[in-house]
Amino acid sequence: MIKLIKITKSFNSQKVLDELDLKIDPEKITVIIGQSGGGKSVLLKHMIGLIMPDSGQIIIDGIDITNLNDKKLNEVRKKFGMLFQDAALFDSMTVGENVAFPLNEHTRLSRKKITKIVDDKLNLVGLENVTNKMPSELSGGMRKRAGLARAIALDPKIVLFDEPTTGLDPIMRESIDKLIVATQKRTKATFVVISHDIESSFTIAHKIAMLYQGKIIAVGTPNEIRSSNDSFVKRFIKDLRK
Amino acid sequence: MTRFLEFAGRPFVFFIEECGSILLLLLSTISWMFRPPFRFRVIFKQMEFVGVNSVGVVLITGAFTGMVLALQTYHGFRMFGGEGLVGATVALSMTRELGPVFTALMVTGRVGSAMAAELGTMKVTEQIDALNTMSVSPIQYLVMPRIIAAILMLPVLTIISDFVGIVGGYFVGVNLLKINSGIFMAKIIDIVELDDIFNGLVKAAFFGLILSLVGCYKGIYTIGGAEGVGRATTQSVVLSSILIFISDYFLTAVMF
Repeated sequence: MIKLIKITKSFNSQKVLDELDLKIDPEKITVIIGQSGGGKSVLLKHMIGLIMPDSGQIIIDGIDITNLNDKKLNEVRKKFGMLFQDAALFDSMTVGENVAFPLNEHTRLSRKKITKIVDDKLNLVGLENVTNKMPSELSGGMRKRAGLARAIALDPKIVLFDEPTTGLDPIMRESIDKLIVATQKRTKATFVVISHDIESSFTIAHKIAMLYQGKIIAVGTPNEIRSSNDSFVKRFIKDLRK
Repeated sequence: MTRFLEFAGRPFVFFIEECGSILLLLLSTISWMFRPPFRFRVIFKQMEFVGVNSVGVVLITGAFTGMVLALQTYHGFRMFGGEGLVGATVALSMTRELGPVFTALMVTGRVGSAMAAELGTMKVTEQIDALNTMSVSPIQYLVMPRIIAAILMLPVLTIISDFVGIVGGYFVGVNLLKINSGIFMAKIIDIVELDDIFNGLVKAAFFGLILSLVGCYKGIYTIGGAEGVGRATTQSVVLSSILIFISDYFLTAVMF
């Protein structure tokens, strides 16, 4: 389980996160929505210790990761997979090598078994015959799929998504949304997605958290958020739809 | 006056700050060096990139440096009948100074810049963050192999440069300028000592450390997209070259 307690983070005296509290439900899809440049990526990167807070605690399965050394932090990170905005595939490796990378690094599986897992994961995300292709040969949507295959290669308990549908056309967006929901159903992992796409968030989320001015201002199921009478939440949704 | 000092001192303070950060990266790299996993394949791949692929450049620069040195010293030495010392002068200059320094500068241009550009691109496209999320230390996976490869390969390249430099000097001195080949060789054997060659190689290893460390440092701390990568690449070449010249003086002062 992920729990953020009173997280504060500033960059150059500009406060991005302001005593933010958030609890992520295990084995569910939580979408954090907020405006562009509102600190969503910063918040996501806190969860996996890529950015450390100025103050506050980040509890992952009972361990506060804010004061861990490199070695212990790396142990905690093994519970995670992360899909970056532009997939962040290693461009010096083929797609297959990319997906195999975490397996080669953290398991002692035979080459044959690793190849089998790579094929399975690529099939799971709907990619075929791309194992020997370089990332630069793939389209944006395919790269994201390959990135997801790499993120789930080690069957992590938690998968983080940084704006998975940004920069994609509407059809591709829908298919990535479906992929996220289907993958979560199969893997039963905890998914945390950040997005500024309100429609897509309502489609995929079990729970939605709204980030505004460095704080989480509302948390609830899509229905609760949609039917909320809170004028602030209503205005927020309206702003995001613009 | 204060304002002038502030203005004039800013680049100096920046330079010292930068050197401090580079030193911290070095310490962190050393601390990762002794922790498993040991990725020998990655190190060999870098050795190929830094060493094997630089041989052509080093052959050409080394040979022509030796040749021009023979040409220049011949005309100077002839004025007082010292043509016989051309060989020794070329050999001594190549092994002590020009071999290591020119090799380091050429490799900085070819390899140091590539390191900054590659790691810089990985940084701005979040590939370095991706390594972190997969519990792989970028310092251990990216920086350490490059530094080890450069420290090991620069002396090897320098030996090649020394050798072809002397051969080039021999060709110009003996074949073109008609210096007696026996005297040419005898003076080299007489004057050049093993220490001259060895100290030159120590310098080369140190330059290898500088150019790889600066290249990696500029790469992994790149900010600002494609423009940032360009800036990091240029800065890595400039800073490495400056540090190579400065450290060359002090190493020479200490060793010879």
